[in-house]
Amino acid sequence: MAMTITEKILAKAAGLKSVSAGDNVWVQADILMTHDVCGPGTIGIFHREFGRDAKVCDRERIVLTPDHYIFTKDEKCLRNIDACREFAREQQLPYFYDPGTESYSGVCHLTLPQRGHCRPGEVMFGTDSHTCTHGAFGEFATGIGNTDAAFVMGTGRLLIKVPASQKFVIDGVLPRGVMAKDIILRIIGDIGVEGANYQAMEFSGSTINALSMEERMTICNMAIEAGAKNGIIAADAQTLAYVRQRSTKPFSCLESDPDATYAAVHHYQAETLEPVVALPHSPDHKATAAACGDRKIDRAYIGSCTGGKTEDFVAAAQVLDGRQVAVPTFLVPATTEVEADLDRVMVNGRPLNAIFKAAGCLPPAPPSCAACLGGPVDTFGRCNQSEVCISTTNRNFIGRMGSKTAAVILASPMTVAASALTGHITDPREFLK
Amino acid sequence: MTVISGKIFVVGDNIDTDQIIPAQYLNLVPTIPAELEKLGSHALSGLPDHYGKFVAAGQVKSPYTIIIGGRNFGCGSSREHAPVCLGAAGGRAVVAESFARIFFRNSIATGQLYPMETPARLCDKLQTGDEAELDLQRHTLTLKRTGEVFPLRDPGAAKDVIAGGGLFEYARTQGLIKK
Repeated sequence: MAMTITEKILAKAAGLKSVSAGDNVWVQADILMTHDVCGPGTIGIFHREFGRDAKVCDRERIVLTPDHYIFTKDEKCLRNIDACREFAREQQLPYFYDPGTESYSGVCHLTLPQRGHCRPGEVMFGTDSHTCTHGAFGEFATGIGNTDAAFVMGTGRLLIKVPASQKFVIDGVLPRGVMAKDIILRIIGDIGVEGANYQAMEFSGSTINALSMEERMTICNMAIEAGAKNGIIAADAQTLAYVRQRSTKPFSCLESDPDATYAAVHHYQAETLEPVVALPHSPDHKATAAACGDRKIDRAYIGSCTGGKTEDFVAAAQVLDGRQVAVPTFLVPATTEVEADLDRVMVNGRPLNAIFKAAGCLPPAPPSCAACLGGPVDTFGRCNQSEVCISTTNRNFIGRMGSKTAAVILASPMTVAASALTGHITDPREFLK
Repeated sequence: MTVISGKIFVVGDNIDTDQIIPAQYLNLVPTIPAELEKLGSHALSGLPDHYGKFVAAGQVKSPYTIIIGGRNFGCGSSREHAPVCLGAAGGRAVVAESFARIFFRNSIATGQLYPMETPARLCDKLQTGDEAELDLQRHTLTLKRTGEVFPLRDPGAAKDVIAGGGLFEYARTQGLIKK
């Protein structure tokens, strides 16, 4: 029977020959990720349900990555990191990225691939809705709540419904100034914030194949903003090169059958795509950047799992180099590896940090989720008043970056950088001529 | 229990998890009873002011038992704090045209809330403060003021999981994990 890549991965994880959309199956989890915001609750349920002395079913499968509320004085946040630390010690977890130590990494969704926890064909669950990011590696990855996560912690398994898939085929060469973020904001704008509810979003085509792994992650990261259960891109030579550099575990690459069944198939031609933004307060409020030149902004923010990767900073630096920002510009590298890259990766012969400093950006904060989701009031970059912030992050819900009266505009790193230079929404191609 | 009755609280489309429980309160851990109560006191505090307060200032419980939403209720984060805070405040069910996937699943897994789908757009017909009765056997919502009966979709097995107390209790009764 013809299957999609999502169906094939779930069939394999369920020990079945085949599955179809709508089937409820018990699947074996390869990786369970949790962090400081959902970890303590998950651990609490694990102890309550399996016993105070219970052991996790497989230490090798659990990744504990505090990343949300790290650089704060809030006592409860610090206590929650301690709870993660205590659990890692008690369970002797090998993959605990401990804040304040050499092992600290930062944002879970970049830590997972960088530290070798993403492999094609696997099933990953995480207590974070943006776990769908890891579909970029040809695996099934989805966000779950604390109760489900505690169940996986104890049993290694979870009952899930096999999603139907929508296919998005993007062919051609992206124009200069158009990035992966523009592709996914366009798609979400077209299908709406529940356009793929309960479904898989499968991305393919020559444009997708030409994207780097980080750009593929940007696309899969935002599948949840269309309501999807998972986003997925079949593994290719580039995926294998990335994964084999970081993981020695065996894995198997799966791909959709040519005659697999889809709920819908969408085609895009890359040459027709433009820099776009999502206006407040919904990720599907799409408009071209060029059409929004009259919208003023008060600040710019480059960071998060979807927009704080090395390539995001490189893209911003290409626009900012030799120019001056007109509004406060906040930079938050997603992980310690990105933080180090800001000093060692060059654009036009100069390190990224030198370009940002010369452009007048604020000094970069240490890696974490920071103001992407507001967080405690002392969070770097948090919108505490009625600021209008243009941001490389993934959500612009009311109050998302702090105050209910603030407004968030989502855009690519290039568009955010261009807008930082002018103080209003700006198509980055104005600076790339 | 087959009937839930009480006051309703009406909201619109795309009520996301940041509106249900703003991220600054995610330092509270739902498995710690005192913090669970605090989460309840902040339930729906991220809503725009025109909706009114689900929980009054200084209170920990809501006077509302049933939440009526539009499309895509609970979109956004996987934070289980969202259904849990509504339950902690005294909410028992959300009746909406559609639900975001993770919120729907978390409502069931925690056994906290009945997420019931309505074919009709009730959020435009009903008003906050109306008294209503949700019948879980017949899958209906009755507006007490007029006696109107609105049919809801049958949540199927999900109802049994919630009634049983959530995923773990259900898994035990099914012999999937040890008692």
